[in-house]
Amino acid sequence: MGGVATLWPFISQMNPDASTIAAGAPIEVDLTPVAEGQDIKVFWRGKPIYISHRTKKQIEEARAVNVASLPDPQSDEARVKAGHEQWLVVIGICTHLGCIPIAHEGNYDGFFCPCHGSQYDSSGRIRQGPAPANLPVPPYQFVSDTKIQIG
Amino acid sequence: MSGPSDYQPSNPALKWIERRLPIFGLMHSSFVAYPTPRNLNYWWTFGAILSFMLGMQIVTGVILAMHYTPHADLAFRSVELIVRDVNYGWLLRNMHACGASMFFFAVYVHMLRGLYYGSYKEPREVLWILGVIIYLLMMATGFMGYVLPWGQMSFWGATVITNLFSAIPYFGESIVTLLWGGYSVGNPTLNRFFSLHYLLPFLIAGVVVLHVWALHVAGQNNPDGVEAKTEKDTVAFTPYATIKDLFGVSCFVIFYSWFIFYMPNYLGDADNYIPANPGVTPPHIVPEWYYLPFYAILRSIPNKLAGVIAMFSAIIVLAFLPWLDSAKTRSMKYRPLAKQFFWIFVVVCILLGYLGAQPPEGIYVIAGRVLTVCYFAYFLIVLPLLSRIETPRPVPNSIADAVLAKGGKVAVSIAVALVAAGALFAGTLGDARASEGSDRPPGIKWSFAGPFGKFDRGALQRGLKVYKEVCANCHGLSYVAFRNLAEAGGPGYSVAQASAFASEYKIKDGPNDQGEMFERPGRPADYFPSPFPNEQAARAANGGAAPPDLSLITKARSYGRGFPWFIFDFFTQYQEQGPDYVAAVLQGFEEKVPEGVTIPEGSYFNKYFPGHAIKMPKPLSDGQVTYDDGSPTTVAQYAKDVTTFLMWTAEPHMEARKQLGFQVFVFLIIFTGLMYFTKKKVWADAH
Repeated sequence: MGGVATLWPFISQMNPDASTIAAGAPIEVDLTPVAEGQDIKVFWRGKPIYISHRTKKQIEEARAVNVASLPDPQSDEARVKAGHEQWLVVIGICTHLGCIPIAHEGNYDGFFCPCHGSQYDSSGRIRQGPAPANLPVPPYQFVSDTKIQIG
Repeated sequence: MSGPSDYQPSNPALKWIERRLPIFGLMHSSFVAYPTPRNLNYWWTFGAILSFMLGMQIVTGVILAMHYTPHADLAFRSVELIVRDVNYGWLLRNMHACGASMFFFAVYVHMLRGLYYGSYKEPREVLWILGVIIYLLMMATGFMGYVLPWGQMSFWGATVITNLFSAIPYFGESIVTLLWGGYSVGNPTLNRFFSLHYLLPFLIAGVVVLHVWALHVAGQNNPDGVEAKTEKDTVAFTPYATIKDLFGVSCFVIFYSWFIFYMPNYLGDADNYIPANPGVTPPHIVPEWYYLPFYAILRSIPNKLAGVIAMFSAIIVLAFLPWLDSAKTRSMKYRPLAKQFFWIFVVVCILLGYLGAQPPEGIYVIAGRVLTVCYFAYFLIVLPLLSRIETPRPVPNSIADAVLAKGGKVAVSIAVALVAAGALFAGTLGDARASEGSDRPPGIKWSFAGPFGKFDRGALQRGLKVYKEVCANCHGLSYVAFRNLAEAGGPGYSVAQASAFASEYKIKDGPNDQGEMFERPGRPADYFPSPFPNEQAARAANGGAAPPDLSLITKARSYGRGFPWFIFDFFTQYQEQGPDYVAAVLQGFEEKVPEGVTIPEGSYFNKYFPGHAIKMPKPLSDGQVTYDDGSPTTVAQYAKDVTTFLMWTAEPHMEARKQLGFQVFVFLIIFTGLMYFTKKKVWADAH
C-alpha cells in the first residue's frame, strides 16, 4: 500500500503541470475575416485547430455520403453546430500518428496527411488511408454569430 | 569469472588490496587467463567493438551535455553553437551523432552473427535475452537522442513515435499525455527525453556487465558450435583475443572516421537542420536508418493497433528464439538449409529497411506486406520447421579438429558484401525525395568538395557581397557573427576588416539606464541582424511564405540521389546535394511556364523547386552586383559565389574537419597495420 502510494507522485509528476494546464484554457476566435472557401489554423493546447468556412459544394458533398459506408461512421450534422453548417472546426492532427494534414488537398475536398497518406473529406472524416478515426472536433461553442470559444 | 583465480599480485600494496577486495584476480581471470575458443573469426570482434562504441558514446555524450541546453526555444541553437564555437565541438558532435549509427551497425552485425552461429542456444539463452534487452534500451536511447537537436525530424519523429502508444485501447490517450507532459510534444517532452537519454546509457552499461558475466559463465560460442573440451581447444584471452579485438576495433574506427570526418551528414536527414516547427509537418517523415525495417513493418499493416503490435513483436520475437529454433546443431555452417534461409532473411531485413524510407504508396505497400510476412515466417515457421526436418552435416569432434581441417575460407567477401549492404541500407533516406516531380539539380564542381576540399576565398568574399546586397533584404543569417568573417577557414578577412564590416550595421541593444532600447554600430561579437523582427512579420511581408534563415540552408536542403547513386556517394564522398540544389534554384527561374504546370498568383515558376511554384521572385540578374576582382557578373557566377558563401556559413569549420581527417587517417592506417602484424606474430604458434 505504502509502496504504491509513494510511487504515485513519481508517476503523477509526468502529467501536464499547472502552468501547462492553465495555458490550455479556452480561447476565443473571431470568424469575420475568414471568407467562404478559406480556412484558418489556430493553436490551442499546442494543437493546430483548423476552422474552415465551407462552400455550399463542400457541405453538399459531406452530406451526400452514405454514412454507414464510412470507416468511422458519423454524420456531418453531428460534426458541426446546427445553424452554423458552414463552419467546420476540427483538430488538425492526423488520427494515425499525429502529423498535420494539409487543408484543401486529397481526393475528398478536405484534408490530406502527407506522412502516411490518409485522406479526410470536407467534414474531416477519414475516407482513405491508415488513420482509424475522423479528425476530432474540439469542444467549442458559438458565443455570437461570428465568434467561437474553443475549449 | 571462470572460477577462483590463482592469480597472486607480487607487489605488496596490490597484495594488501587483493586480500580485501579480489579485484585483480577477477580482472585476471576474466580478461587475461580466460580461455576463448581458438577458432573464433573476426565476427567475434564485434563484442569488443560494441564495448568501445558504448564507451565512446558515453564520453562524447557527457561532454556534449555540458554545452547543450534542453529547452524547446534554445536547444537547436545550442547544438549549432556547440558545432561553431566550442573548441572541437564539431568533432565531438560528429563523433556522437555518427557514433550512434556505428553502434547500431555493429549491433546488427553482432546479432546476425549470433543468429548464424546459433549463439542463442542452450546454455546461452539468458545471455541472448540480455542482449535483446540491451538492444531495446539502445533503441529507446537512440530515439530520445535524435529528439534533442530539436530539428524538424526530431520533433516529428518524436510525435509519430510517441503517438504509437495512443494505439493502446482505453488508456492510449492518457499514456501519451503522460509521456508528453503536455497536450502535444513540447518543452516538457524535450526536458524529460534529455534526462532519460542521459540515464539510459548507464543502464545499458549495467546490462552489458550482466551480458558479459553470462558470457563468461557459459563460455563463448564459436563458428563450429562445439563446446571447448580440452586445453587444445582454447587460447588465453590475453594476448590472443585482446590483440585480435584491438585490430578489429582499429579497422572499425577507420570506417567510423570516414563518417566523422568526410560525410558526417550522410546518415542524417537534411530536414533536421530546420528548427522544429509544430505547425508544419515535413512532407516525408523517416526515422533514422536503423529503425527503418521496423518502421516498414509498422506501415505495412493497415490497422493502427495491429501495426504497432506487429512492430514491437518483430523485436520481442527475438527473445523467444532459443525455443523457436530447437535444432541440436548450433552453427549454420553445418546446416545447409538453414544457412540459405538465413541469407534470405538478411536480404529481407535490408529490403524492409529500404521500404521504410519510401513513401507509403502503391507497390511499396504491397512489397512491405510481403516482406513483413517473410520476416515473421523466418522465426515462426522456417526455423521451427527446419529444426525438425533438416539433416545437418556432421560437426567436428572438437574445436582443435575444426581448426586443423580449416580450408582457409575467408569471410572477407562477406564482409565487403555486408559493408555494401549497410551503405545501401543506410543511404535509402536520400531516396525519399526522389519522386517529387522536380528536375535534378545539375552537379557543380565545388572547390570545397572531396577529402581535400577548401573554400575559394575569392568566392566567399564575393558571395558575402551578394548576400549583403541582395539576399539580406529578406533572409537572415542569424547563426553567423561578424567575428566569424575573420576566422581561419573563412573568407580570410583580418580582424580589423571584420570590425569595419560590423560597424556598418545598426544593432539593437539595451535597455540603457533610462530603460530604453537603443541602436549602436555593430561589433565583431554581434550576429548578422535579421531583416524581420519575427517569423510572422517575415510571413506578412512576403505573401505568406517566410523567407528561411540562410545560415544552414545548404545543409537543410537536399534532393533524392536515388538508387544506386547513394552507394557510390559513400565512396566518392559526394556531399554536395545542398549546394547543388541552392545554386540550381537561384538559376532555375523561367519566364515561360511549361505547359501543364499552373503557377498560383504571387508565385513564380522555378525548374528545380519542388512543386515548381516558388514565392521568391527571381533574385539575381546579370550585372546586378559589381565585382572588384574582375570575375564575371553573371547570374551563374553570383549563384556559385553565394552558394559557396552559404556552405561556409553552414559549416564554418569544414576545412578543419577535412584537414584533421587526413591526419587521423594517416595515423589510423599505420596503427591498424601495426596491429595486424602484431596479431599475426601473436597468433603464429596458435594456428
